[in-house]
Amino acid sequence: MIRFATIRLVEIAAMLVLMSFVIYGLIGLMPGDPIDLMLGADPHLTSADVARLKQLYGVDRPLIERYLAWAEAALSGDLGYSRLFSAPVAATLPPRLGNSLILMGSSFAVAFAASLGLGIAAARRPRSRFDAAVNFSCFAGVSLPTFWVALILILVFAEGLGWLPASGTGGEGGGLADRLRHLVLPVATLTIASVGGYTRYVRAAMRDALAQDHIRTARAKGASEARVVWRHALRGAMVPIATILALSFGSLVSGALVTEEMFAYPGMGKLIFDAVMGNDYNLALAALLLATAVTMLANLAADLAYAWLDPRVTYR
Amino acid sequence: MKGPLALLSAIAALSLAGPLVAHLLGADPAAVDLLARFAGPSAGHPLGTDELGRDTLLRLLEGGRISLTIGIAAALAAAALGTAVGLAAGYLGGWTDRVLMRLVDAVIALPLLPLLIVLAALDLNKIGIPHALADSPGISLVRIVALVVLVGWTTAARLVRGATLVTRSRDFVRAAQSLGAGVPHILWRHILPNVTAPLVVATTLSVGDIILLESVLSFLGLGVQPPLASWGSMLSNAQATIISSPLLAIYPGAMIFLTVIACNLLGDALLQRFDPREPGRV
Repeated sequence: MIRFATIRLVEIAAMLVLMSFVIYGLIGLMPGDPIDLMLGADPHLTSADVARLKQLYGVDRPLIERYLAWAEAALSGDLGYSRLFSAPVAATLPPRLGNSLILMGSSFAVAFAASLGLGIAAARRPRSRFDAAVNFSCFAGVSLPTFWVALILILVFAEGLGWLPASGTGGEGGGLADRLRHLVLPVATLTIASVGGYTRYVRAAMRDALAQDHIRTARAKGASEARVVWRHALRGAMVPIATILALSFGSLVSGALVTEEMFAYPGMGKLIFDAVMGNDYNLALAALLLATAVTMLANLAADLAYAWLDPRVTYR
Repeated sequence: MKGPLALLSAIAALSLAGPLVAHLLGADPAAVDLLARFAGPSAGHPLGTDELGRDTLLRLLEGGRISLTIGIAAALAAAALGTAVGLAAGYLGGWTDRVLMRLVDAVIALPLLPLLIVLAALDLNKIGIPHALADSPGISLVRIVALVVLVGWTTAARLVRGATLVTRSRDFVRAAQSLGAGVPHILWRHILPNVTAPLVVATTLSVGDIILLESVLSFLGLGVQPPLASWGSMLSNAQATIISSPLLAIYPGAMIFLTVIACNLLGDALLQRFDPREPGRV
């Protein structure tokens, strides 16, 4: 188990190095380069100045040389300077990652609780009208475009009824209540987007679990229905459920990109989008790598959780 | 299965009939009429007009044609690439299998949307694509299909590899091998027919996912570029005036929703038909 985790961690590190090179190369292929932007900002620059700036920033050197220079600085903790935020990249990322984790964590908790309730209830009455309704709602949920849900929620609850704020995270002085109010609509959007998929997994896993022989045994020995469902069946169903949920958590960090953009919520997804669109190379590169690292670590956590929950699984 | 199939066919037929509807209404989907902006429904414009006075109904049909084309083209291309990879990995085994499956795992483990945004923002001129091609109006369609294929092939690859592994050791494959059949013949005549069922299901389901992905990219301004319109880019345009004319945003979103749910329900119905363990439920 420890050996498995160590090997995976080494693989993740290798993958990150590879991705840093790929993303570094890709970012150089985006429209506009920093020198052009400076030239646009200051028309007095002469072509001699441009050549000097190019040398200063090392744009005239080959790609691999520039990448190695970046990597050396990055490994010593210097991720460069963000033009968009006029601050070092290393100082920009942590608060954004924190915001994203708050948003993701809340919507994950809500969606997971709802999917457990709905999925189990539907699995207990297979082929009932309730089961059909849950199944159809799940399909509807996964088929809704996230940004459209966000638009409609803003239209109804922020514009129409004026109950909730439509953007931001709340001011510094607003306190916890204000912060929570700002979270409601983004969390609702993400929950609507994810609860359908989760519920389908819970329902399928519970139906398999309830069909097992030991469930019949438990019923036969007179265990109450609640005990059968929550103690005997759920235990077995949790293995596939936990795996799927942990896997989906990996995509959450970047998956909220659209939602964060719609609600002007300052998280990682919006940061990446703004950095890419604003040609902020240093920031885009570091943010993409951070998102990649978090995603891959979450996937590793999913594998480990699988082995932890199911004693039959061993990793060599 | 009939319901979703009928819905999907209706949307496709209407979208394809867009030019005919335009002819009947005597209007052009691209015709700008600044004096008739944000007009309500009328005989000439059954769903009113948008922020440039273009007919909303015709634009919806036009957008549907583009969204559906991208969805189907990209789903088929991704399935083809994934099938090739899956067949190679499953049948050849050994190092080929290990390397290809590593690649699949790596692609799945990446945060795809942010990376797609980087790829969608690339300057085609800098990659070395000729100016004339890089600036042609249809290039945004090709680009988005290429992007989707780049991330979408993994599902088919995994499915086909799994099915190939099972089929590879069956007696009829052994028989073909001992009769001296070549690898292409065995793959095409003996292995592929046995992997089509899961492949068809996965491809149907992926059409819906791709239409959603396309709409997100177009909504963010990175997908289909004007003068072409897709449902996603229509929504993006409507966002600015959503308070005064919410219907302009509601129509394209509803079209995306109906199309995607039809694809998903159809895929699910096909799954139940092909999979004997899942007796027909809802």
